[in-house]
Amino acid sequence: MIAFMIRRITQALIVIIIISIIGFAIKQSVGDPLRELMGISVSMEEREEFREKLGLNDPWYVQYGRFLGNAVKGDLGTSMFYKRPATEVILEKAPATLELVFVSSLIIIFLSVPLGIFSAIKPNSLLSRLLMGGSIVGVSIPVFLTAIMMVYVFSIKLGWLPSYGRGEVVMIGGWGTGLLTVDGWKHIIMPSIALSSIMLPLFIRLIRSEMMEVLESEYIKYAWAKGINKKRVWFVHAFKNTLLPVITVGGVQLGVTIAFTILTETVFQWQGLGFMFMEAVERSDAPLLVAYLMFVGIVMVGVNTIVDMIYGLVNPTVRIAGVK
Amino acid sequence: MSTLLEVKDLVIKFALRTGEVTATNGVSFTLQKGERLGLVGESGAGKSVTGFSIINLISKPGYIASGEVDFQGENLAKVSDERMRSLRGNRISMIFQDPMMTLNPVLTIGTQMTETLHQHNPGMSQDEARNIALEKLRKVYIPSPEKRLAQFPHEFSGGMRQRIIIAIALLTDPELIIADEPTTALDVTIQAEIMELLMELCETDDMGLILITHDLAVVGQVTQNIAVMYAGSIVEKGATSQVISDPQHPYTQGLIAALPQSSRQGERLNQIPGMMPTLKDIPPGCSFNPRCAHVMDVCKIEVPQLRVGKNGNLVACYLYPLKKEQR
Ligand SMILES: Nc1ncnc2c1ncn2[C@@H]1O[C@H](COP(=O)(O)OP(=O)(O)O)[C@@H](O)[C@H]1O
Ligand SMILES: [Mg+2]
Repeated sequence: MIAFMIRRITQALIVIIIISIIGFAIKQSVGDPLRELMGISVSMEEREEFREKLGLNDPWYVQYGRFLGNAVKGDLGTSMFYKRPATEVILEKAPATLELVFVSSLIIIFLSVPLGIFSAIKPNSLLSRLLMGGSIVGVSIPVFLTAIMMVYVFSIKLGWLPSYGRGEVVMIGGWGTGLLTVDGWKHIIMPSIALSSIMLPLFIRLIRSEMMEVLESEYIKYAWAKGINKKRVWFVHAFKNTLLPVITVGGVQLGVTIAFTILTETVFQWQGLGFMFMEAVERSDAPLLVAYLMFVGIVMVGVNTIVDMIYGLVNPTVRIAGVK
Repeated sequence: MSTLLEVKDLVIKFALRTGEVTATNGVSFTLQKGERLGLVGESGAGKSVTGFSIINLISKPGYIASGEVDFQGENLAKVSDERMRSLRGNRISMIFQDPMMTLNPVLTIGTQMTETLHQHNPGMSQDEARNIALEKLRKVYIPSPEKRLAQFPHEFSGGMRQRIIIAIALLTDPELIIADEPTTALDVTIQAEIMELLMELCETDDMGLILITHDLAVVGQVTQNIAVMYAGSIVEKGATSQVISDPQHPYTQGLIAALPQSSRQGERLNQIPGMMPTLKDIPPGCSFNPRCAHVMDVCKIEVPQLRVGKNGNLVACYLYPLKKEQR
């Protein structure tokens, strides 16, 4: 298991380095740092002198080394719009996005697992048919349409839920959370439902098809032949085996969910990273864009590494492979 | 001797999208307490579905269309699901063909053993279940069983897994074990070992055994009686030694002649010409008639009933006259 973890962490580091190279490349090609620093009145000689001072004339690998060194220290440059370190802006916006993704993941897990299992063990029931039909429709409705329909019904017509913003936020350390107040929860309901609506149908179908495949296997037939009761066959024998592929795909999809926050946050004016990203694009705030890319990349790699380790814990054959 | 199991006129059908097909057409046989019976025939003859029908566990879309499975005064083809479940793995155990596919990959051997005991003995303590599991593992010669209980299936070889599966079958001291080609998936070198173990255990505990196999040589060493199946019907039944040394049905004769030890070295094996028909194109009359060297007109019209052959074997073949009392 330890060898497995070391291998997995090494892989994660390699991916992070690749992300940093991409981030560096973007930084190099988008936006001239001098333009942010000085006005048009500065002469060519002074500019050249400044380039030299900032090390902008060094070979690319020296510059990359400096970029990486700074990045490790948490310095990803200064946002042109906020006039503050990009990392600081990111860390300030991150809790909003992470909480949104967290609540959406909870919705996905707590709905897709029971619904997926049910539609696998009772494939001919009315509910299963509805779910399967509904999930096709669900996949094909774009997020912003779901979002706008929800806002129309629950905010405009019924007036039950607020249509934008995070509501009341409580600071705990550096983390601004909306999950400790009723108002915060009221605000997060619709955005998290909108965000989870993309992945939920996929997960229900994934769990269903994996579970149905497992139910056809010899070891399940053997469990029946041993006289094991239905509940245990379904929830212990079959579901544990269903989990393995679901965890793998689930990890990747969780990463994709982060990308979808850009849409959701824009629709609900949710003050998180996705919203910030759209603003940064409009303002051509290159350092902030690079910082966003690096941050999201690292979070995705981190999530996938953790998911792989959970997979290793559930799957006994991985543990052995690690021992060797 | 008393009867343990009586299968009567069992008809198993598969409801396929293209229509219904009949996998077994009126199979009947009896098993005495402690008797070991070999169910022999080539692949597709209907041996497995017959075996699984006894515990009412035929894979969909298969079902028992008619017939009875009498086990100790109950017709298992008709009992409730819950009653059937309480017999499976308790009084009737099953051993599957491929030990690499049979055990659940994510559960330990210990879990897969004790769960069976707990399922059938709700009050049993964890310790008691563990001790029984250990005892049975020792019976099948698994070394250091205490350590093995915590291990997962992939940590065992095929032969070891099949031993564990035999140990699981023994957990509840069943009256009947149905073993569906238990050695087919194993290395030739350990096949005999496993067979011997199985026979020994059945003998000492007076357990009934239905041994399903396509390998006549295997049955010869293990069972007292044989039923030969062809295209969903039993064509010959009798004492193992009689059937092997003096087969009556032309199909059985062909099977025996095709055994490697029946031909001289360097000679070609004597294969029966033609192939067993698929379920969709079983011919009218005796299903073996297109391949039979002794075929007569009557063979193509009506299915022959079982009758007594020259040496006392029961044979479904017109070559032998029906006795008066059978008519
Ligand atoms: N799940 C199934 N669907 C359709 N036909 C089946 C299925 N299982 C078995 N059969 C048919 O039933 C017949 C008997 O199969 P089986 O009992 O497995 O044969 P054996 O064990 O003698 O090799 C075969 O001809 C096979 O085609
Ligand atoms: Mg078979």
